[in-house]
Amino acid sequence: MQLTININGKPITREVEPRQLLVHFIRDTAGLTGTHWGCDTSNCGACVVLMDGRPLKSCTALAAMCEGHEIQTVESLESSGRLDPVQQGFHETHALHCGFCTPGMLMIARALLNENPNPTEQEIRTAISGQICRCTGYKNIVAAIRWAAEHEAATKQEV
Amino acid sequence: MQTPAPVEYERAASLEDAISSLQGRGPGARIIAGGHSLIPMMKLRLATPELLIDINDLAELSYIREQGDEIRIGALTRHVELLQSDLLAERLPVFRDAEELIADPPVRNRGTIGGSLCQADAAEDLSAVCSALKATVVIRGPEGQRVVGLDEFYVGPFMTAVGEAEILTEVRIPLRPGAGSAHEKVERRAGDFAIAAVAAAVWIDGGTIVDAGIGLSALGPTTMRATHAEELLRASSPSEELFAQAGTMASEDCSPLADSRGPVDYKRHLAGVLTKRALRRASARALKQET
Repeated sequence: MQLTININGKPITREVEPRQLLVHFIRDTAGLTGTHWGCDTSNCGACVVLMDGRPLKSCTALAAMCEGHEIQTVESLESSGRLDPVQQGFHETHALHCGFCTPGMLMIARALLNENPNPTEQEIRTAISGQICRCTGYKNIVAAIRWAAEHEAATKQEV
Repeated sequence: MQTPAPVEYERAASLEDAISSLQGRGPGARIIAGGHSLIPMMKLRLATPELLIDINDLAELSYIREQGDEIRIGALTRHVELLQSDLLAERLPVFRDAEELIADPPVRNRGTIGGSLCQADAAEDLSAVCSALKATVVIRGPEGQRVVGLDEFYVGPFMTAVGEAEILTEVRIPLRPGAGSAHEKVERRAGDFAIAAVAAAVWIDGGTIVDAGIGLSALGPTTMRATHAEELLRASSPSEELFAQAGTMASEDCSPLADSRGPVDYKRHLAGVLTKRALRRASARALKQET
């Protein structure tokens, strides 16, 4: 079937099988390999992207189901060489070790801060409860998201 | 790599459209909504539909509203909407209790109440919640719609009363005075299915329990009601001793299976403790004594 999905603001049209999972459409068909493909069982959260602004585990959606929706992947965060505050936060607080869970963590963090610009530690922990970091770097990941929240608020004030 | 077997796909533009596709295709056709039960089953070849009929565009199936003496919830209402609904939190707080511990946030963004009930997994939480609340469901087919109580809805493990060309469209929960409800769950880790979970509802009038509902998750081959415990509660005054006794009855009456989540004796123990705790909280809420 022919399918058009908007990924990071760009319509991508391809001929695919209806059984193709969104994660494979993003990585293999659209060539955006920033989204990681992890457990394949909707447990680990490495494949999280945003659909219409809400986090979605892309291993558990058919690409066909996403036609007509806006998908955002980790590639959408940085713009003209400027990191998104959540990316900067991960850099500042050393919130990644192997980096495998990072794309999903970043997208969950972006969605959280869009909805709740000043989350508590507990709210951050709840938000990432569907994400597994096998290096178990959760403490620094929570700190990174707090860092992003604080610096995003400061940036907005400057403007 | 886990990929579903080849399958055809179509998007329903209306409920009638979906029903006529189901009818035309026979048993190989399946409705897909959130897909968070069906797609994993397809990856494992536990489900091998020939045609998926996507109902995600049917916005008319997504709502939570109070109508007369009922709360009506559209089948396509997602977990996140049940979690965030102030109407449910006020009238039927058992929903928020349960939703806080169902799967994880991204999964809750997709999974639906209709899908959860139709999956009929004995370990799923909303089935026990709706059983405790004595909900009915509306099932629509080519010949019109019928309303079925949850006791008749579950016909076996992963099997429901929904026929081949039918769709569950709505869940109806009666609102009765003096109601309190609560959900208690023990899970191995965040987002997992329950080792055991219990949903309880009580209706209290003048210090007496007029009626009670207790739904058990992961404690039998299907979602179960602890009917003996419910009978014990009826016409009694709420007390710690009564709730403990109801817990003992639930733990004796349930029929859990040993699996990777725990042995039978542990699950029976949980059934007792969680029934007691759920009744305690439901009752405190009914009496507005919750601390």
